[in-house]
Amino acid sequence: MVKQYETVFIMTPVLSDQQIKETVKKYQSLLADNKAEIVFEHNWGMKKLAYPIQKKTTGFYYLIEFKSEPALIATLETAYKRDEKLLRFLTIVLDKHSIAYNEKKRANGLKSQQAKKQEVKEAPIIKEVPVIDEPLNTEEN
Amino acid sequence: MANESEIKYLTPVAVNTQRKKYCRFKKSGIKYIDYKDADFLLKFVNEQGKILPRRITGTSNKYQKKVAQAVKRARHLALMPYVADLLK
Repeated sequence: MVKQYETVFIMTPVLSDQQIKETVKKYQSLLADNKAEIVFEHNWGMKKLAYPIQKKTTGFYYLIEFKSEPALIATLETAYKRDEKLLRFLTIVLDKHSIAYNEKKRANGLKSQQAKKQEVKEAPIIKEVPVIDEPLNTEEN
Repeated sequence: MANESEIKYLTPVAVNTQRKKYCRFKKSGIKYIDYKDADFLLKFVNEQGKILPRRITGTSNKYQKKVAQAVKRARHLALMPYVADLLK
């Protein structure tokens, strides 16, 4: 059964740009080789960590959203564990609500990139309440 | 001069009228709480970075579990601190 997953990993800040690209490429190809379909990728770039990890205070974050068989996750996580360039990683399953949320977020992100939102909120038109002109029930003589 | 105890009110004075707490997720129809949005999750922790109880935030049980899960994920990814001082 194919499920949708989301994985984030943090690379050490000592890597050069080239090394970062290589690391990312490694996991992309790992996913691709195992018949996973990459849905979305996002490079958060260099971020400050909330607390030091392995005496590093910053890290490169990278997010991949993909669809695959559950068996692939174990292979992916062993690869993560063996990699010394990574500080942290997190893989979660997405349910229908989170998929919807992510898609909505992405759609909003695209919109704001392409053009500023044109939200012209018109004043709600108050419909006039139709007055029913029913003849009063006059008693027929 | 009337003593204060002698002053009588026609209607009882409302002391500490508490507004009813409500679950903000139920009210605004949020189904998924994103662990990546650390700024939002900051509303559910105290200044030491501890998760606030339901009796303070008013979150329903269903969503409190999800909030806790999201905060813990954010902590793991160093988006939020495990322990802090003067977070806010």
